[in-house]
Amino acid sequence: MSSERTLAGRIFEFFVEKAIFAAGTLSIVFVVLIFIFLIKEGLLLFKDYSLFSFLFNPNWYPISTPPRFGILPLLLGSLMVTAGAIVLSVPIGLAAAIFIAEIAPSWLREILKATVEFLAAIPSIVLGFIGLVTLAPLVKQIFHLPTGLSALSGSIMLAFMAMPTLVSMMEDAFTAVPKSYREGALALGATKWQAIWRVVIPAASSGMLAAVMLGIGRVIGETMAVMMITGNAAKIPTSIVMPVRTMTATIAAEMGEAVHGSSHYHALFAIGIVLFIITFLINLTAGFFIKVRKH
Amino acid sequence: MSLFRFFTVLAVFAVLQSHPAAYSAESSNSIQIKGSDTMVNLGQSWAEAFSEKHPEVSIAITGGGSGTGISAILSGTCDIAQSSRDITAEEKAKATGATILETTVAYDGIGVIVNPANPVSQLTTDQLAGIFSGKIKNWKELGGKDSPILVLSRERNSGTHVFFLEHIVRHGNAKGPEEFASSALMMPSSQAIAEEVKNSEAAIGYVGLGYITPEHKVIAVGKTPEGPFLQPSIEDVLDGSYAIARPLLFLTRGEAKGAVKDFIDFVISPEGQEIVTSLDFVPLKKG
Repeated sequence: MSSERTLAGRIFEFFVEKAIFAAGTLSIVFVVLIFIFLIKEGLLLFKDYSLFSFLFNPNWYPISTPPRFGILPLLLGSLMVTAGAIVLSVPIGLAAAIFIAEIAPSWLREILKATVEFLAAIPSIVLGFIGLVTLAPLVKQIFHLPTGLSALSGSIMLAFMAMPTLVSMMEDAFTAVPKSYREGALALGATKWQAIWRVVIPAASSGMLAAVMLGIGRVIGETMAVMMITGNAAKIPTSIVMPVRTMTATIAAEMGEAVHGSSHYHALFAIGIVLFIITFLINLTAGFFIKVRKH
Repeated sequence: MSLFRFFTVLAVFAVLQSHPAAYSAESSNSIQIKGSDTMVNLGQSWAEAFSEKHPEVSIAITGGGSGTGISAILSGTCDIAQSSRDITAEEKAKATGATILETTVAYDGIGVIVNPANPVSQLTTDQLAGIFSGKIKNWKELGGKDSPILVLSRERNSGTHVFFLEHIVRHGNAKGPEEFASSALMMPSSQAIAEEVKNSEAAIGYVGLGYITPEHKVIAVGKTPEGPFLQPSIEDVLDGSYAIARPLLFLTRGEAKGAVKDFIDFVISPEGQEIVTSLDFVPLKKG
């Protein structure tokens, strides 16, 4: 058969190859174009406003005269919500991943895996809305606050959103540990818990770190749910139960109103650059840990 | 990765914005209306009543805030922008190929609301400025309970935000140095403010009259400490004695033509103004 390849067949193959190549490189082209666009629009801000003030001025008053584009409160707001979400979700996610990978019987494992992945399919605006109606009043009541719209509410909500990423990636990391490691530990007289704690977790540690990094990436880029539930006050946060304003929520809330080509418009793109750099570094770190794991 | 999706949307959005006047409706029977969230329901009711008489015209109304509407009318992506504030000089300078015309279609009084459990019932505009700029921090300074004030504002894309900032926080001087307190919560909608005031005894917020329910206490506002202290009513808004009222506007690119003109004529007709009254806004004339 193969010796009878016709000219038409070869031409067809040539075009299919090229089309697949184009499709494969398209995503790179898109990323580069988006990055160029972002840089071009964002850097224009620094014609009228200094980089130092942008990073360290504690005031975000974009529509005043003169405007103040200090992103410090927004940056700290994003970091506080993200840190809170990671502190809450990593222990629970780790425990869930250990249970799914090491302890649960296989029928339960399948159910749990499917359910955790389903959690990722819930639209973030739905989670945000549920959080607004149920979580915020609860946080207000428990901590005796004037309002439940706070960094803590945002962190709890985002912890839910980071969970699927954390659990399924950590579970993959545990499953990738060779069976012989566990058998060796058990043969030496270790209990099941000792085998998990002393052997499986150290062997999977780089995969777990990669999972945490990607979880952070998921959380810091989240917009809608955070905008609904954190109160959006652009003040430098001093406590986790205070309202905060994140970088993503600021872009989402103000983009529609910013006059095209104004410094406010460029400032929002400059925030986009900051977010882009942060997620880029996070993905780079995660990639590094994934590579370590493979060796 | 949601961030990636976010940036893609951002890029697409900006590319679309950079082609002004890609859209022209004069040839068709559809009207695109965009802008003030305060006016969305009002616009919707006008459109429904208008469509009963003119079934051939289809009207699409979206919110997003006055700023969003003004951006859209400047770039020519809508026929009418609904705005609850004046267009700024900076925005006007961005208009390409047409002058932007304003038509007043109704008035709105802004109510200052607190939780019914709050003993404070009247405030002067100066006290309001103090509260919203963060100079007055505790209810006991105003004769209330000893508890910090939770200040609720609309987000910056809202015409209500800009109006309240210029007329109350800055005492009517639009370019004044005063600002909303940085600790003020920026709420995404008037509904969110109404909801939060219902739930929090420490809260104070401002909303259009249509959002006030019996679960809120409306503050009587006085221009001077001697009073009179007034709750927003149609009469007081129209004769200017209530301190926090504003015109609601339609913005068009040049003189309106065709279906757009018919629609605006309908809106300022007695029939259109009846709808204004029925939605708790203030009509152009007392009727």
